[in-house]
Amino acid sequence: MSELRVLKRVKKIDRAAWFGQTTLQKVINGVLILLLLACLVPVFKWAVIDAQIRGSERCVTEGACWVFIKVRLLTFAFGFYETHELWRPVFVLSMWTLALVTIFRASYNFTLKILPFFITLLPLLSWGLLDGRWFGLPYIETAKWGGLLLSLMITLVSLSMAFPLGLLLALGRMSRLPLIKAGSVAFIELWRGVPLIAVLFMSSVMLPLVLPPGTEVDKLIRVFVGVSLFTSAYLAEVIRSGLNGVPKGQGEAASALGLGARQRLFLVVLPQALQAVIPSLVNSCISLFKDTSLVVVVGMFDLLGTVQQANTDPYWLGYSTEGYMFAGLIYWGVCFALSRFSLQLEKVRNV
Amino acid sequence: MTLAIEMKHIEKSYGDFHALKNVSLSLEAGKKLVVCGPSGSGKSTLIRCINGLESFDEGDVLIWGERLEPKKMQKLRSEMGMVFQQFNLFPHLTVLENLTLAPIWVQNTPKASAEARAKEMLERVKMIDHVHKFPSQLSGGQQQRIAIARALCMNPKIMLFDEPTSALDPEMIKEVLDVMLELAVTGMTMVCVTHEMGFARQAADRIIFMDAGEIIEEGTPEEFFSHPKTDRAQLFLSQILHQA
Repeated sequence: MSELRVLKRVKKIDRAAWFGQTTLQKVINGVLILLLLACLVPVFKWAVIDAQIRGSERCVTEGACWVFIKVRLLTFAFGFYETHELWRPVFVLSMWTLALVTIFRASYNFTLKILPFFITLLPLLSWGLLDGRWFGLPYIETAKWGGLLLSLMITLVSLSMAFPLGLLLALGRMSRLPLIKAGSVAFIELWRGVPLIAVLFMSSVMLPLVLPPGTEVDKLIRVFVGVSLFTSAYLAEVIRSGLNGVPKGQGEAASALGLGARQRLFLVVLPQALQAVIPSLVNSCISLFKDTSLVVVVGMFDLLGTVQQANTDPYWLGYSTEGYMFAGLIYWGVCFALSRFSLQLEKVRNV
Repeated sequence: MTLAIEMKHIEKSYGDFHALKNVSLSLEAGKKLVVCGPSGSGKSTLIRCINGLESFDEGDVLIWGERLEPKKMQKLRSEMGMVFQQFNLFPHLTVLENLTLAPIWVQNTPKASAEARAKEMLERVKMIDHVHKFPSQLSGGQQQRIAIARALCMNPKIMLFDEPTSALDPEMIKEVLDVMLELAVTGMTMVCVTHEMGFARQAADRIIFMDAGEIIEEGTPEEFFSHPKTDRAQLFLSQILHQA
């Protein structure tokens, strides 16, 4: 009801805003709109009107050749994962989607209770299923995982590890013990000061030199660890800002009721702090998802990587515009969904 | 008679500022003490020292004869209720959850009986219709009554009030004072920092007047209101009564 009323009011204001302009403003706005159309019309013509999607051969039309995307769609989605085992990545991604939907629908306090299970169980289950060996399924090495699957796995698994670590770092930075405080500050400042691309290089090139010869850690696990450590530093600062924002009286009221330090934190202060920083947390998630495209530099094929690789296929030469546009749309779609998700989470808050 | 609260020669400074100077007082079980004085005189610091929210540099606080020390702090606090000027209800929890949080986590009360007791207390402060609301949906006076109920859910033997009506609109003060007066006749031991002289006259057994970190006058409401001994108290009273 009230939302409808607000919408109506907004419409009314818009109309008033247009007719209330001076002639000069109308002219400027009109020209701007024409310019915008002039840019969009050719794009629309290329991408939709002149485009071709039927068939599986190279296109003959002037417009976009979406056939290229169509024949490569599985690779863009899952990389070089065995085709007859594709139910595994599909299952894993559905699991994560279900978890996100649960968080989306459940009350905030319930979410806080199930979150620890999600962030410990889901990464392990995902790894087990995709890798296969733990469950007696055919082994599929991580080098074959790719496409959007890889981008999402790096994001979700790294976030699951980075969140608890970031929380610890935030608490550490606020600690009264000088050693813990200094350690946390040093960790955060070190990782925030290094570009992600350097972290990825370090984890794939330098780490094996440091480790004793013979020990081999899977490249993807090294990427998980590197990205987690990197992200945890950012999350730590976001969480700390939330903790600082909770009024002092809240902790005092909890103390006065006889709650201990840990209960104070987990029952009273932290729930309020996290709720206040949901937009910043989602912001970090979006950045991380887009940054996963950097794993190309260590020879992994995430969504962007598979697209770039397909672009170099001699048979499909000349269709890189379509490829990049498709990748861009997918990245945009996921990020947009995330930001809607965050808006909804904010609305649920009662503070 | 048993002493509920005993403060012995408390000294407290914030840097150069001397907040409490050699403050001593004692309160028998079941008595009501009102603390008043101009702002910055150390009233809040005094009451916050009683349950250890504020640390002190020297001296001792004894609750039921037990020294207030870090080890016993949590236990002693759970037996003392405190009501704050800013209510400090937990905004992310409903009224009922606010009331049952501490009984469940500190006293290990089963959820069902914690909720039964919470509803009893809500009945007492006449807020039973608002069980499932969030604090932000309530007025200041309602929030403060919930805060009192929250403290009562822990079955405290002592209640501390730190300017409970100072942040309220005038028309809401009465509803909170009424709840406090009802509580007073039940025989609860109470310490109350307040400027509500009507409440002090009606409920207090004893009044303490503080200025610049010292207790400069102490007596029954009768003595204090009709024959204040010090000029400072006289001035304070004339200003406060003019205002009213």
